[in-house]
Amino acid sequence: MPTAKLQILRSSQAKAPAKRKRITSERFLPPLILVPTLAAIITFVYVFILITIWVSLSRWGTLRIDWRPRDPLFEAYAQMFAMPRWHADLRNVLVFTILFLSVSIGFGLLLALLLDRRLLGFTIFRNIFLFPYALSFIVTGIAWRWIFNPETGINLLFDGLGINKWLVSIGAAPFRPGWTTDPSVLFSVNNALGHVFPAVRNLSVQLGIPIALIPVVVAASWQLTGFAMSMYIAGLATVPNELREAARIDGATEFQVYTKVVLPLLRPVTVSTAIILGHVSLKIFDLIFAMTGVGPGFATDVPGIFVFDMTFKATRYNLGAAASIVMLLLVAMVIVPYLWRNLRKD
Amino acid sequence: MRFCSPVIALASLFALMQAPLTSQAAGEKKLEVFSWWTSGGEAAALNALFDTYKNQYPGVEIINATVAGGGGSAARPVLQTRLAGGNPPDTWQSHPGWELLGQYVEPGYCEPITELYTSNGWDKAFPKDLVGLMTKDGKTYAVLAGVHRGNDLWFNKKLLEKNGITVGDKLSMDEFFADCDKLKAAGIPALGVGDSGIWASAQLFENTLLGVVGGQGWTDLFAGKMKWDDPKVKEAMKDFAKMQEYLNPDHSALSWDQAIGALIEGKVAFSSMGDWADGEFIKANKKENVDFGWVSHPGTDGSFIIVADGFTLAKGAPHKDAAIAWLKSIGSKEAQEAFNPLKGSIPARTDVDKSKFDAYHQWSMKSFASATLVPSCVHGEAAPAAFQQALNDAVTAFIVDKNVDNFANALVQAAKESESNK
Repeated sequence: MPTAKLQILRSSQAKAPAKRKRITSERFLPPLILVPTLAAIITFVYVFILITIWVSLSRWGTLRIDWRPRDPLFEAYAQMFAMPRWHADLRNVLVFTILFLSVSIGFGLLLALLLDRRLLGFTIFRNIFLFPYALSFIVTGIAWRWIFNPETGINLLFDGLGINKWLVSIGAAPFRPGWTTDPSVLFSVNNALGHVFPAVRNLSVQLGIPIALIPVVVAASWQLTGFAMSMYIAGLATVPNELREAARIDGATEFQVYTKVVLPLLRPVTVSTAIILGHVSLKIFDLIFAMTGVGPGFATDVPGIFVFDMTFKATRYNLGAAASIVMLLLVAMVIVPYLWRNLRKD
Repeated sequence: MRFCSPVIALASLFALMQAPLTSQAAGEKKLEVFSWWTSGGEAAALNALFDTYKNQYPGVEIINATVAGGGGSAARPVLQTRLAGGNPPDTWQSHPGWELLGQYVEPGYCEPITELYTSNGWDKAFPKDLVGLMTKDGKTYAVLAGVHRGNDLWFNKKLLEKNGITVGDKLSMDEFFADCDKLKAAGIPALGVGDSGIWASAQLFENTLLGVVGGQGWTDLFAGKMKWDDPKVKEAMKDFAKMQEYLNPDHSALSWDQAIGALIEGKVAFSSMGDWADGEFIKANKKENVDFGWVSHPGTDGSFIIVADGFTLAKGAPHKDAAIAWLKSIGSKEAQEAFNPLKGSIPARTDVDKSKFDAYHQWSMKSFASATLVPSCVHGEAAPAAFQQALNDAVTAFIVDKNVDNFANALVQAAKESESNK
């Protein structure tokens, strides 16, 4: 075997003696260039994840750094899952993600389809719809906090337009929602779920849609609908015109062209958009921090704010780290299947 | 050679990251002061301290390391990172009590300055209770620049007069609720709260609790001798729940200063807030005892909740001599008289010239000299940060569900957990 290998090597050397140097540099240069990046990623992502896991199991619960493992080891997780605030956080992040994804993807698709008709002024509108995406969540949060302030915000518009006068005149109550200050929860399913899982009855958290979370969904969707739209515009550009024409020739109505031809072809775009927006929504912090904070009765609290409060305000580093790890798992549940699918395709 | 450059770049990046840690050579005439005083009156007060220092110790360059953000919410994470990373400022702002002794002294971030108290006669100038809040094992670790009173109830005098209400020297809880009912009948939210960020509501509860349990009960509670599900504590919780009926409906969308703004505009009648609120009335050109008035929070007449600001000496301070001079300067009469009128607090020293202060602060100084001084929990002095956060969380939940038993149990649990975290 060694001699055979050597012969092959020799023959290849003999065939292309001038090329040899370039082949080795082409073989070794890319990994070498990648080494610093890989080292940085391994250190600052994976090592830090391991450190965070360790912190979550440690006794580091004050400003004094204490790496000794806690007894019992998973005490921080046990304490966290016993906290009503954490229950509310999980409910909120789930409700927020579902509402936010449906609204921004739904409207994004609608806008993209409208723009696809190439009506008058569509380039201007394309830009207008995309502009909010250029803002930071902090700016969006503060602007929408003012809009949804129950005393000085959008409620004044209802008064000004005479809607409330009209409502009172027909004997109804005036429309003055508390928006971000309303602690109530819509569609509470505690009782219904309680029949199946009796443990739900003991929860101090109402499982449903917190009203105060709706303005936050509006603000987040306002900002990211443009992003979903641009994803769909890019997707629509790849749908061959021949297919649409063929469908039309076969007698499909314009509506059927969309539902039977265009939308199925856009499925990969929907998946990518949902994944990108999904991990934004699971990790959301800045928008909510600027707009409502934890909200009345934790109606708008999310794990991101929980981590910040527990780590830096309460100085319970182990608890903050435990919440971070749960957030990581939540995001991984979205990202990993997607990566897995892509890898298998490759 | 081509592939070497990224390696070099990374290496130099690491070198850059190391640089700030090593470049602060000792012996330079510099002083780094860390605080979160950036807003108008606070920044002016901090500058008054700097000016006094520069007069007393000329030739030192002051590095003003402020991090903006109300109540230090953004500054504390920065400070914690610097302390844990072994890169402390020379001196930083801290409340006395738990925040100082538990967070900074216990892990060994502070140097004792007991000697300054004896050599400058401070042990006579500062009240003993106050120095006790900064002392551990016989060693004192900070100097206070000024003291705020946390348990004040402010009111719009003209609005109360219009509704036939007068407030005397003190107010009991029953009288307070009677006034609230009158206002409610007139369609006015009696109590203005701005609790976005919840601490203003936690403070309202803290003041109400003090009114029920009194100074001694307060000490017992935080020493673990009285339990958080004691009948007296629950009584305070019920009072606190009753107060929610008289609140401005938009309280969770407002900050504390916006609530004081609503009081000034006559939209609400009362507001329970520390005396940093005084600055808001001054800014709005309102006259004390004409436009607005104040009284101790119902039931807390004989007590004074301290919300004080002090400065520390860092262990391993890069400019130790300058830092010690800074603390000496803060403790001087001159600095206390310059700082406090601007900050809206009263001097921690009891031997200053009272004529430099307005009617409210003279009232507060009188109370400071005679009342029982108790540390604030909401401002991090009476209990560990973990308990402070748990109190905030419990109040957040209670405002919505008004369940006294859940509230009490949450605090009992929090006291247990923060004990085991020590």
